[in-house]
Amino acid sequence: MTTPVYPMTRAEGCPFDPPPKLRELQDEAALVKVQVFDKTAWLVTRYADQRKLLADPRLSADVSTPGYPSQTAMAPKSDDGVGIGFILMDDPEHARLRRMVTAPFMIKRVEAMRPAVQKIVDGLIDDLLAGPKPVDLMEAFALPVPSLVICTLLGVPYADHDFFQQNSKQLISLTATPEERGQAHGNLGAYLYNLVGEKLENPGDDLLSGLTERVKAGELARQDAAGMGVLLLLAGHETTANMIALGTLALLEHPPQLAVLQETDDPKVVAGAVEELLRYLNITHNGRRRAVLEDIELDGQVIKAGEGLIFPNDIGNRDPSAFPDPDTLDLHRDARHHVAFGFGVHQCLGQPLARMELQVVYSTLYRRIPTLRRAAELDEIPFKHDGSVYGVHSLPVTW
Amino acid sequence: MKIIIDQDKCVASGQCVTAAVDVFDQRDEDGIVVLLNDNPPEDLAADVHQAAAVCPALAIVVED
Repeated sequence: MTTPVYPMTRAEGCPFDPPPKLRELQDEAALVKVQVFDKTAWLVTRYADQRKLLADPRLSADVSTPGYPSQTAMAPKSDDGVGIGFILMDDPEHARLRRMVTAPFMIKRVEAMRPAVQKIVDGLIDDLLAGPKPVDLMEAFALPVPSLVICTLLGVPYADHDFFQQNSKQLISLTATPEERGQAHGNLGAYLYNLVGEKLENPGDDLLSGLTERVKAGELARQDAAGMGVLLLLAGHETTANMIALGTLALLEHPPQLAVLQETDDPKVVAGAVEELLRYLNITHNGRRRAVLEDIELDGQVIKAGEGLIFPNDIGNRDPSAFPDPDTLDLHRDARHHVAFGFGVHQCLGQPLARMELQVVYSTLYRRIPTLRRAAELDEIPFKHDGSVYGVHSLPVTW
Repeated sequence: MKIIIDQDKCVASGQCVTAAVDVFDQRDEDGIVVLLNDNPPEDLAADVHQAAAVCPALAIVVED
């Protein structure tokens, strides 16, 4: 039997479902050897095992650990020495750095931002309604919402959004060359490095300014502050934007589910809907990656130190043992235990913010524009098969 | 019901607060878990168990 190559491709006409090959492998075995870029790695196919192993301290998220299954040639730092934050680090350094930026993402701080986010969303919908149609929902709404929010939180000028959106897209592209990705990383790194410099001189009331206190105290290098900025800026807009646009498309394709959101005033129903859309769409479709530091036994099999692991959370979230009838989008289901944000110490830092933004968007957009519909055939819509975050490149809509 | 939290393990995801806001809170300086009530009433049992189940850092243990 030949070793399957990861990632796999989605089926024609099924833009919301993981590749059928993943389902096949999940049915066959808990661990499957796959070919990825320059090596082989184990694919962890099932929900329970994904949770169990992602919480295991014997795994490393550091790309330089032997066995780490990179998708492509990766430079963890730009030429200027700016990394992409703690996402590719292990504890205790990972925990030390992560805790420097956890405060702004805590539930009560995020809740305090809700009225401001509602205002941003309402304002953008006002503009949509006053503007021409059809319109690209990605460009006119899905990208601006999270970009405006993360810019405010970090203290990044929104006027620079074309620059950072373009470079972010390039940095996470699966089809860009290593040079092109390195260039994008370098651009973002230099930009954040300069911005941190400005905030060292003139601090404001934002996350990056907060980090400059750590830089001044000698607890954090300026490059590492910039690296965290790159990570948070990237993660803060690209993911949520795709959830907004792809989520909207999925709802338009499932009218009874769309009606659930149009007809409810209950924040609990909206919150549940967000969890189900996160589970169902699982836009981080390129697998979480780890290297094994010590031998681990799973399902009677030994995973050896120096081997690589890939966690395809998209198929984990479609595991029938965790989610009955997993391929059905059901906004009333309890999906809270999904792994769309990952699991373990690296689980998404920004998840409370992402949830709140999505709750505001999903509870507002379809009620204010109840006749919203696609302005292109489904097969004409360009899906992001080429990005490590899935979604649509554009979504023409009208009403 | 008895709840034990591990602040060293906690990664401040806030999942426990979302699941059981009357039982868990977060420290102002860094969002690390704080226990408001280590022996909450039985009617919160389901929420508390969910909080423990969704904690990505396995920092919450519930003893019934």
